[in-house]
Amino acid sequence: MRIGIDIGSTTVKVVLIDDNDKILFRAYERHLSKVREKTAEMLEQLDDRLSGKQVQAAVTGSAGLGVSKAAGLEFVQEVFATAGAVERFYPKTDVVVELGGEDAKIIFLTGGLEERMNGSCAGGTGAFIDQMATLLDITADELNRLSEKYDKLYSIASRCGVFAKTDIQPLLNQGARKEDIAASIFQAVVNQTISGLAQGREIKGNVLFLGGPLHFLSGLRKRFVETLKLTPEQATFPEDADVFVAVGAAMYAGNTKPMAFDEVLSRIRSASEQKNTTNTLPPLFSSEEEYQQFVARHNRHQPPFVDADSYSGDAYLGIDAGSTTTKLALITPEGGLLYTFYDSNGGNPVGVVLEQLKEIYRRFGGRITIKGSAATGYGEDLIKNAFNIDIGLVETMAHYKAAASFNPDVDFIIDIGGQDMKCFKIRNGAIDSIFLNEACSSGCGSFIETFAKALGYSIEDFAKLGLFAEKPVDLGSRCTVFMNSSVKQAQKEGAGIDDISAGLSISIVKNAIYKVIRATNPTELGRNIVVQGGTFLNDAVLRSFEQELGIEVTRPTIAGIMGAYGAAFSAKSLKKEKSSLLTMKELEDFTHTAKSAQCGLCGNNCHLTINTFSGGRRFISGNRCERPLGKGKRAGAPNLMRWKYDYLRSLEGGENHRGRIGIPMVLNMFENLPFWYTFFTKLGFEVVLSPESSRSLYAYGQHTIPSDTVCYPAKLVHGHIAKLIDMGVDAIFYPCMPYNFDEKKGDNHYNCPVVAYYPELIDANVTEIKNIRYLFPYFGLHRPREFAKKAADYFKEHFGIPANEVKGAARAAFNAHKAYLRMLYEKGERMIEQARKDGNKIIVLAGRPYHCDPEINHGIDSLITSFGLAVVTEDAVAHKQPKRPVKVLNQWTYHSRLYCAAEYIKSQPDMQLVQLVSFGCGIDAITTDEVRSILEEGDKIYTQLKIDEINNLGAVRIRIRSLLAAVEARESGEAET
Amino acid sequence: MAELVYDKDGRLLFTEEMKREYTLLMPMMLPVHFTMLKHVLELNGYKAELLTTNHRGIVDEGLKFVHNDTCYPALLVIGQLIDAIKSGKYNPRKVALMITQTGGGCRASNYIHLLRKALHRAGYDYIPVVSVNLSGLEKNPGFTLNFTLIRQMAYSMLYGDLIVLMANQCRPYEVIEGETDRRVEKWVNRLTAEFKKKGSFKSSHIRNNFNLIADDFASILVKRVPKVKVGIVGEIYVKFAPLGNNNLEEFLLSEGCEPVVPGLTDFIIFKCDNRVEDHRLYGGKFATYLGAGFLKRYLMKLQRYMIEAVKRHPEFRAPCTFGHLKKLVRGYLGYGNKMGEGWLLTAEMLELIDSGVNNIVCTQPFGCLPNHVVGKGMVRKIKNNLPQANIVCIDYDPGATRINQENRIKLMLANAQKAETAASEGERSGEKQAVRLSG
Repeated sequence: MRIGIDIGSTTVKVVLIDDNDKILFRAYERHLSKVREKTAEMLEQLDDRLSGKQVQAAVTGSAGLGVSKAAGLEFVQEVFATAGAVERFYPKTDVVVELGGEDAKIIFLTGGLEERMNGSCAGGTGAFIDQMATLLDITADELNRLSEKYDKLYSIASRCGVFAKTDIQPLLNQGARKEDIAASIFQAVVNQTISGLAQGREIKGNVLFLGGPLHFLSGLRKRFVETLKLTPEQATFPEDADVFVAVGAAMYAGNTKPMAFDEVLSRIRSASEQKNTTNTLPPLFSSEEEYQQFVARHNRHQPPFVDADSYSGDAYLGIDAGSTTTKLALITPEGGLLYTFYDSNGGNPVGVVLEQLKEIYRRFGGRITIKGSAATGYGEDLIKNAFNIDIGLVETMAHYKAAASFNPDVDFIIDIGGQDMKCFKIRNGAIDSIFLNEACSSGCGSFIETFAKALGYSIEDFAKLGLFAEKPVDLGSRCTVFMNSSVKQAQKEGAGIDDISAGLSISIVKNAIYKVIRATNPTELGRNIVVQGGTFLNDAVLRSFEQELGIEVTRPTIAGIMGAYGAAFSAKSLKKEKSSLLTMKELEDFTHTAKSAQCGLCGNNCHLTINTFSGGRRFISGNRCERPLGKGKRAGAPNLMRWKYDYLRSLEGGENHRGRIGIPMVLNMFENLPFWYTFFTKLGFEVVLSPESSRSLYAYGQHTIPSDTVCYPAKLVHGHIAKLIDMGVDAIFYPCMPYNFDEKKGDNHYNCPVVAYYPELIDANVTEIKNIRYLFPYFGLHRPREFAKKAADYFKEHFGIPANEVKGAARAAFNAHKAYLRMLYEKGERMIEQARKDGNKIIVLAGRPYHCDPEINHGIDSLITSFGLAVVTEDAVAHKQPKRPVKVLNQWTYHSRLYCAAEYIKSQPDMQLVQLVSFGCGIDAITTDEVRSILEEGDKIYTQLKIDEINNLGAVRIRIRSLLAAVEARESGEAET
Repeated sequence: MAELVYDKDGRLLFTEEMKREYTLLMPMMLPVHFTMLKHVLELNGYKAELLTTNHRGIVDEGLKFVHNDTCYPALLVIGQLIDAIKSGKYNPRKVALMITQTGGGCRASNYIHLLRKALHRAGYDYIPVVSVNLSGLEKNPGFTLNFTLIRQMAYSMLYGDLIVLMANQCRPYEVIEGETDRRVEKWVNRLTAEFKKKGSFKSSHIRNNFNLIADDFASILVKRVPKVKVGIVGEIYVKFAPLGNNNLEEFLLSEGCEPVVPGLTDFIIFKCDNRVEDHRLYGGKFATYLGAGFLKRYLMKLQRYMIEAVKRHPEFRAPCTFGHLKKLVRGYLGYGNKMGEGWLLTAEMLELIDSGVNNIVCTQPFGCLPNHVVGKGMVRKIKNNLPQANIVCIDYDPGATRINQENRIKLMLANAQKAETAASEGERSGEKQAVRLSG
């Protein structure tokens, strides 16, 4: 008799097998973090059968290591256990895909055994699906049922839960169908498995699918089978998929020393007694009394009292359609609260607001006159259009207005909501620096909530547990996905739920302070801090925030609805006689349909959601520019980024005497193409560019990406190369270039390691590259004469071209590069003049040359011009400024331009700089701080946009609008004084 | 109290007065090598302290004062220094910080600047930072890298490599517990003390020392039971520093393995070789080419002596020459790949496998830029060409938990065990594998 115990991150699995490996007993249960107790409890079910008998037992699973050590039982690594069981039961299997609570694994059995586990990222696992289901306010089973009825798939970032949320939220707010979203979530899991785990090896042949999520979710299975194009014979979903790993452990147990079953049980039981947690923090409150004082202090901050039941007169309505929740505030002219609402939007903000408006009309009827209404938040436009709201305003402004009503001297506001975190400084009455949590570290409220639910608590009860925890666990301060495994570790070490609850609250605060704001001491933030957002209603979070900063802050009692409250104040400042808000009659007849469509007006092919409301009002979302809105092609503000892209894309062709050279339009080519294009056409080659980047091009090369944490621009290279191979060129030319042109703006002129050496990575990871002549020599363009010599040798050797010809082509190429720069400078100059003539402000959209690829910048340039701003690029202004001293090592050509561009705009009152940063760019960790400090020296506002494969223009919009609002406020402030 | 003197760019200098009064704090990387460095500094009239701290507070200080997307080593090195200043153990007005600077295309060359920013933010603007580099960056009146000091440091690195190499092959098998570490300490003290003596830089003297060291370690009483050998390669800091890699070597020892850690000598030669290769690829100053070439050849000669010393004892695994490493990596990466650990990292993996150490932990900070290419990026190709390769890539960062890292390493070890069992069963008659196991 052999026992296998598989202790995963969320569940425990126990099996008993006989000598023929037949399963005699099986159990699968969630352990709700009571790992050892649960395991003992499950083993007790075997007591009748096994008491007094000898057994062999082995433990496996990510949380099993600690138990096995404490109990002195044999441990077997889970992938290893799986492989053993597969060999025994499904010997024809080529690949095993196993998804667990927080782990995902692939085992390649044929063609070289290889086992892969997810790295430090837990995206695309069961926990991810649970999180997404919570976001949609349904169970995982319902998610599964919904997915069966999908029409279309949206692209949802698959890397980690945080990214996916930012993709799903706008879809929800824009009214996309839940069925489609459900299927898209499963598709994201599939994509993550393929790109994150398979990493260069194709999943083909007979595939065995294991683990809880695949066992329980038929929709997920379907997505896998369809995506991998498997026949029914090739895809195996075993009946015991959920306990399969435990079976593997039981088989492994055959190698261990037999012991009495009662001994096994008692060892596990006594292991449950032990409790030792390594990293703990001081408690939040030492006594009930201290807590009561704390509560009393904060309860002082409340809006003026008004008797809502008897009030009659004017009222103003504010609606904050946030990412997960919808908030409403109806106020009197003095700011007294007549009516408030705060709840999850359940994925349908329009429906929630409709019900609430009806409720307001019913309750107040003729007693009040709504003189103004305002909407803010992610769903601002949708709500505004649906209900004829008077104005929409950017949420940062709404929060500021609300905060100022509690503390007119407020100089720092931090708002932590369900999904997002917003912090901003107030300087001279205007919003100054904005910090948003974007691509990473969304350690926000919903994380605690998901966690509370997973442990079987309501968020309120869970938070309260933490208040008096004696030893809060130190969970670190990185993104939520990592926190999951920290919690796992704490559980392993026997930390109690109260300690974990307190630890989570502290983590969120640390995330906000050190990760998002990156403050070192409270004076850096401000003297008058107002905290708000639903998450701060959690006293544990509030307390740890004050403790971490060592100061007292203001938390209004209405912290959860501050956006709506501020919006209501804005509505008041409109000074209208009557709001255009829909009347009760109109609300009763209200209808709303959402339809998805694809815009075909340009290459972006945006997924549009067309919302139609009663009365014929329409609202289109998902668009990146104005064109699908039927406003026609406006003359638009100048856009140098677009010009650059269009110009570079035009550099192909040439007469084909010596062959067709394929050039991937990636990374350093966005700077060097004018050079290489001239060089090759002069030599008599036809230059063929890879197709324009797109999501599908990315997916085409995705399976050959070896490192899933590299930046998106680099990941795109794989798709470009794959397409070029298909295009049947004679050779692909993609040189390694550690050095860039020396523009004398820094201490050296490097490219970053990824840009420099990616061609070698392509050679080592794209299997099909062997079918084509792939040229990836080292070249340096910083020494023209040396280049000519080295190139002459190279092209003589590879193509038999005479040296003189190559040297001539090199001269022409260097001239072409110079001419390109001159043209770029001139074009930029003319655009600036044009903008000034038209009275438009100018944004220097600063990043790397390759950021002009629309798939990389996601159309941010057009979004900015749609606000009537001109866009020029950093390289078009950096040349106007000589090298400036900086506090960091200034040794990368592209990065030196950023410093010069920032320096330059300090002297230009009508220019602002917006920095584009690719997620995963380690070097920008250095440049961003430096660019910010250069700009702030000159009293300019620094705006940073983090971009990745996700396409979330919502956050970009907030930043740009806040920037504009801040600039406006400053200008009007200056005009007054 | 020493006067604070600044250079024309406003950089706080380390003055001669400070040399007398201040203690130089050094962050830890390689425990043996850096202990020797500390002795060398003391020999030259500096007060120096090597930080051996290893606790969570270091990471927290790093998170507070360094941009969190910066690589993990920078965060740890800076966190360790700031944690030390705040510990109360030193008078903040009487310390200076010492940090190395390479000047390569990797962001690691920014450590010193990030450190100054961190000091500024933490309110320690008055603490001078001393850069140790060979590129002539940032001179200080109180700290001069003269030829003697450079040689003492370089030889410390070479001696350190040999000591660690021998010790690693004794420690897992020693009969008397602690014997290996006692010999390490003995040699560290003896060698640095020797630097005072005349003639200690002669290559014949060094060669002789190499032999003595090898002989001494070979005389440690060992019981050579078969153990799984695990190579450690990666980004230089997390590869070597226990603080950076969650005590990886200790973990491997506790799992009954013998860690095989390629040394620092190749890295130093590699950096010289980069200059030579740069000249070959892009042209440039001939003098640099000559100088770097000379240094490279000199170090390669010493490396040869070291290898010969180890080879006197066939039961020890001797490292290969730099030239051999360079040959192995051909067809994988170009010699122009020099940022971070560049082609050397891939070459080390190839050499380990080539010499029978098929199991490798490739360590890197989360999101390490060069390692996208030379680490993770090459694993696929290595496995295609050498199917016996058993490589696991481990990311290190402030949020990564030890349990996940160890779980992945355990998977690699389970595979290693399986492969060795299969090999010893399959080749029992040939004995070839068995020799390797015990050797």
